[in-house]
Amino acid sequence: MDRREFLRLSALIPAAGMTGLARAGADPTERRLLILVELKGGNDGLNTVVPFADPAYARLRPRLAIARGDVVQLTEQCGLHPSLAPLKAAWDARELAIVQGIGYPEPNLSHFRSIEIWDTASRSDQYLEEGWLARGLEHAPCPASYAAEGVVVGAGGMGPLAGRSVRAIALSTPERFAREARLARAERARARNASLAHILRVESQVAESAERLRGAREFRTEFPASAFGRAALAAAQLAANPAGVAAIRISLGSFDTHANQQGVHANLLRELAEGLVALRSALVEANLWQRTAIATYGEFGRRPRENQSGGTDHGTSSAHFVLGGAVRGGLHGASPALDRLDGNGNLAHAVDFRAYYASFLERWWSIDSRAVLGERFQPLDLFRA
Amino acid sequence: MKTFLAALAVIASLGASAAPLGYGDARHLLDRAGFGATDREVREFAALDRAAAVDRLLEGARRTAATRPPAFVDDPIERPGRLKDREARKALLAKLRAQGLQLRAWWIGEMLGTPSPLTERMTLFWHNHFATSQRKVRSPQLMYRQNVLLRREALGNFATLLHAVAKDPAMLVYLDNARSRRGAPNENFAREVMELFTLGVGRYGERDVKEAARAFTGWSVDPASGAYRYRPFFHDGGEKTVLGEHGALDGDQVLDILLARPETARFIAAKLWREFVSPTPDEAEVERWAQVFRAAHYEMKPLLRAMFLSDAFWAAGNRGSLVKAPVDVVVGTLRTFEIRPADLRPAAVTCAFLGQDLFGPPNVKGWPGGDAWIDSATLLGRRQFVDRVFRAPAGARMPAVREASMRVGDARAEEGGRGGHLARLMARGMGDYSFDGARWMRTLGAAPDARIDRLVLATAPVDALTARVGTAERVRGLVADAAYQLK
Repeated sequence: MDRREFLRLSALIPAAGMTGLARAGADPTERRLLILVELKGGNDGLNTVVPFADPAYARLRPRLAIARGDVVQLTEQCGLHPSLAPLKAAWDARELAIVQGIGYPEPNLSHFRSIEIWDTASRSDQYLEEGWLARGLEHAPCPASYAAEGVVVGAGGMGPLAGRSVRAIALSTPERFAREARLARAERARARNASLAHILRVESQVAESAERLRGAREFRTEFPASAFGRAALAAAQLAANPAGVAAIRISLGSFDTHANQQGVHANLLRELAEGLVALRSALVEANLWQRTAIATYGEFGRRPRENQSGGTDHGTSSAHFVLGGAVRGGLHGASPALDRLDGNGNLAHAVDFRAYYASFLERWWSIDSRAVLGERFQPLDLFRA
Repeated sequence: MKTFLAALAVIASLGASAAPLGYGDARHLLDRAGFGATDREVREFAALDRAAAVDRLLEGARRTAATRPPAFVDDPIERPGRLKDREARKALLAKLRAQGLQLRAWWIGEMLGTPSPLTERMTLFWHNHFATSQRKVRSPQLMYRQNVLLRREALGNFATLLHAVAKDPAMLVYLDNARSRRGAPNENFAREVMELFTLGVGRYGERDVKEAARAFTGWSVDPASGAYRYRPFFHDGGEKTVLGEHGALDGDQVLDILLARPETARFIAAKLWREFVSPTPDEAEVERWAQVFRAAHYEMKPLLRAMFLSDAFWAAGNRGSLVKAPVDVVVGTLRTFEIRPADLRPAAVTCAFLGQDLFGPPNVKGWPGGDAWIDSATLLGRRQFVDRVFRAPAGARMPAVREASMRVGDARAEEGGRGGHLARLMARGMGDYSFDGARWMRTLGAAPDARIDRLVLATAPVDALTARVGTAERVRGLVADAAYQLK
């Protein structure tokens, strides 16, 4: 039985005993969607969620510290970078969760290797081939009626959606994808050998997805003209498409601010905030906000002590955002322990990134996270029951 | 009577294989043994019989590259980790990145220009077998030196190659043996040499790995010259037992123990099957090749000869059964259609985008290959490459996915793999990656005919093509067909 056949058959299985994800598939308004936002290059968590009340912060960052008066204050201890002010409304509505201190043991400081660890949810010394979302969706395949299980908007590889049996596609915008997919044609006569069969299977996957994703929805919400704004619009259109997808990945970068960080970082965070706010507004408009979780991730944070070039070097743990109508807003994880840095001057992690993933697998999708992650990680309480 | 029957059998087999290859078989041999082929090369080989054609490939095999390597390969080794000044370190990293890209482009140039494509095919085979990545080694000089070694023994002797690779500085760095020492042996190389280079997984025990690791202690690298250096003080000279052999074994003796096992020849023979014949090795035939290999004391040419002359290699059912690797798509397209861009860095970047970053395999297992080459992104990427070469007029804009990636400014560019500045380079530098239909048709001679279909595709097209045979429009249809992804 090939994958396609399997998917078709699985759509016929009665809902009893199936996961929330698969069960949700029958009715598009019941579907639970995850939109991942990759912050590429290693975002500076400390200047994103600012621990302004910790005297060590200003001491480590004589030039880069965000002045207390400029911080968008959230609690007595911390606040947001001023560029993130547009997110304050979501915070006030208790729809923005901030998870501080996400990382992993034995951190690897190479961009390439560390994002591979994040994408595959491996241990630091382990090499896995499939992305964690691909594995998750394998445990709970979507109904065949879905346009695709996962969509990557933009380039940079399939990341968490890389895998053999997941139905995942990469595109820049839905219309453009439909246009390009004319290069790939629909399924044809029986393949002569296994290799050709595989190629034709992928080809028809692309063609079918393109067919189903045709017809971009118009939103009253205006999206920013930035590249990230366009990616956010593509994500909103995919989310609103009746054929549906289970997971979408968009990305923003590069946050690799080794030198002259201030201006670059402020611009990137502004793009992020404006894009996320537009996405929220469009999904509210489409009545999908309760069914959507948006989560940021990235290979690592940056070193607490600023460097000599007005920048910061590769670090370890960082803060990430989760937004959604069903999200339990507020602070999660633990604030950065600036007084207990490791030998490289980096932060210890408070939350394993696989526990972060387990929250989406278990609490959002009702997928057995141990089967996907290989071990049991205690999920965070990121969603309202 | 016996002699007569034997003679009859010989004559019968000659009958099958002594005939001229013809166009289709010549194309099959050259495509699998190299990277695509021009019409002229195919016609030349079409007149030879199987044995003559195979012998010509084997005898013509080079041991050195025909194109001059970039000048920096002779420069002294520079190590970014040593630099304290961050500006200097940054500048050096940028230089190493640029050199790494030049090195990839040089190899692609060699694949395109060499009179011995089989040498490059086998060099790439060994690069994938003894997978080593610039991402960790961080020295284009050491990567180049390893490439020279792989080429020297590409069709030489596997035992010689194994011993040399085990002392190759890039490998010593990549699998951490350079820092392995008595009392603290690093097991990385010892494990991989058994699992991935010789016996195959499950054909040795954990104890063998631990003991072998001790034998390789002291095999190190001189930091200044980047040359192999034996450090007697670090070597564990004690008694060891590896696969039942006991003694004060050193690394070379351990390698000889691995070479003495029949699994090793089988492992290599089966891997060659998957590279050259089909995705599903036939056990009995692989065993036959393995015996040839062992009898020839690991000389590669007798093994390759047995393989290229096997019925399996020529079997109709195995034609078009292999998924082209990205290098096959990119280099094969440029070779077959005689497109010679001035700058080959975009070709190297394209290969990386499609999943095959030369000098940068994903890990020590090498590229998984086969079906894994194709997902929706890489399939569309392949189509876009072909579309660009065959449709886009010079200087046309980039396909959409690439544009998006350029905007994204991928942080992974730092590692030399995929990324923003590489994508920009590709956008700027691909103007002359363009098929000139009229010119190419002229090179085919007066009557380009149905043989073009056979030249371009390894197997019949999947779609019914409407364009008339022998036209440039027909060629565009052929390269857009799913069958173009097969070899």
